[in-house]
Amino acid sequence: MVSLQILGRADEAAPSLPLPYPLSLGRAGLSGFPSPAQDYEGRTLDLNERFVKKPSATFFLAVTGDSMGPLGIHEGDTLVVDRSVDARPGQIIVAMVDGEITVKRYERIDDKHYLSSGNPRYAPIPLVDTECQVWGVVRAVIHEFMV
Amino acid sequence: MIGLVDCNSFYVSCERVFQPRLRGLPVGVMSNNDGCVIALSTELKAMGITMGTPAFELQHLVRQGHLHLLSSNYELYGDMSARVQAVLEEFSPGVEPYSIDEMFVRFDGFSETQLLEHARQLHHKVRQYTGIPVCVGVAPTRTLAKFANRAAKKIPAYRGVCVLKSGTAETRALLQRFELGDLWGVGRRLVERLAVLGIRTGWDLAQADPKRIRQQFSVTLERTALELRGISCIEMNDFHEPRQRIMTSRSFGKLTNNLGEIREAIRQHGQRGAEKLRGQASLARAVLVFLKTNPFRPDLPQYSPSLAVELPRPTDDSREILHAAGYALQRIYREGYQYQKGGVMLIDLIDADRQQLSLLDTPQSDAERQRSAKLMGVMDALNSRMGRGTVKFGTPSPGAAWHLRCANLTKRYTTRWEELPAVTAR
Repeated sequence: MVSLQILGRADEAAPSLPLPYPLSLGRAGLSGFPSPAQDYEGRTLDLNERFVKKPSATFFLAVTGDSMGPLGIHEGDTLVVDRSVDARPGQIIVAMVDGEITVKRYERIDDKHYLSSGNPRYAPIPLVDTECQVWGVVRAVIHEFMV
Repeated sequence: MIGLVDCNSFYVSCERVFQPRLRGLPVGVMSNNDGCVIALSTELKAMGITMGTPAFELQHLVRQGHLHLLSSNYELYGDMSARVQAVLEEFSPGVEPYSIDEMFVRFDGFSETQLLEHARQLHHKVRQYTGIPVCVGVAPTRTLAKFANRAAKKIPAYRGVCVLKSGTAETRALLQRFELGDLWGVGRRLVERLAVLGIRTGWDLAQADPKRIRQQFSVTLERTALELRGISCIEMNDFHEPRQRIMTSRSFGKLTNNLGEIREAIRQHGQRGAEKLRGQASLARAVLVFLKTNPFRPDLPQYSPSLAVELPRPTDDSREILHAAGYALQRIYREGYQYQKGGVMLIDLIDADRQQLSLLDTPQSDAERQRSAKLMGVMDALNSRMGRGTVKFGTPSPGAAWHLRCANLTKRYTTRWEELPAVTAR
């Protein structure tokens, strides 16, 4: 059975942000007495705050194709891609292969680096030359349902 | 020390981030209605094609697959510019945008080796985060920083980063190597007049007697000469390179979220910018509007949006510029933020006398053009005689569809949900 945990109430009056620029809710860097209002902070949730860590380096991409289905990425999904993260093996990344932007899994096999898809029909691509470069690291996948 | 960060072939680089197949190929970006080429990749420049070339002259090369032409996509360029600026702001508290693709960055309190390391990191981070390649020039003055940037771009050994100190052999050798036409603030006519006096290189100008330069030329050139020696005397708002871009901005005086007040300020900036434009006989192709909250108030929510809007045709008409600025403001303004500053930047300027360009862009009847020129002339005359603001326009509310149809328009990848870049899974 799948259990769900309630995280909090979503911000009903969340401002609509046209760009992936999060509301700054943090109070980092300020010293002194805590504000009495602080108790009420964080009761509204902003998805930008959770998924967009570096607004200047975050891009949204739309998925076409089905090869990543087994890894939970489907046609029509939206990827939240962060270019500020250095890619590590095991991560889902966006890469440039033959001039095309594709989503792959970054893997290391016997000290060699590969890009593989979730579908065994597609052979892993060795990550060696300039024809194949990392574009960004996928932080999240947005899969929307019909409602 | 101050740095100048300049994006390489900015418009083309923005397109290449989302279309990697265009990397290494000759690519041009066209003006409104696909009239002429306004931005070129280095590969396209190497083919001998220059800025302003009419697009129809290149169509046979496009058909043969020798080059790629794209319609301009200012919304994308404006957003990518804001991203580059945001990355720079992580490195320095003093970032001043100078144009859509150039920014000054303050570097204070670094040792010499630290500074080079810092500039290299910045160079790398902007490329990694945004995908935009940049060159970085760092020096004691703005003029030298611009010069260092030029060197970083032209001399491969610098690998995109050049840090110059005044009075070193390196600076001297570079100044001797570059002709005056390469220097910022020195136009072509001036170059010819200086050559008569034997002043041909940056080094010659730096060595010339500043008083004599002022007497025979201008205070502006005297300042350039002093700045080349490393004596800082040009502040951000003092200098402008004519015919490149016009920026009018100011802080609101107090934090405000009042749209009426902000609209009035943007209107003033737009009108002032249009006056400057007419004063230097230029036309603008696009208008960029920005707002800024106060970054030194981390207790307040931050939102610093900007939007670039292409004009229907290159123009110096206040009405068209205010219309575009009003539209851009409407798109970026959000309630719930305390804005500190706002401004208008007129970008991609061309000389007003290059009539063939405006003919190639959107046709405007001669009668209409003359009427517009007459109206603007009367307005400028009244404002200069009876005080600024005697005659002014209200900001028109935004009309319907803004963009003209362009054949090779790329997607607004970063600002529209329905135009996200596609990523293939196969």
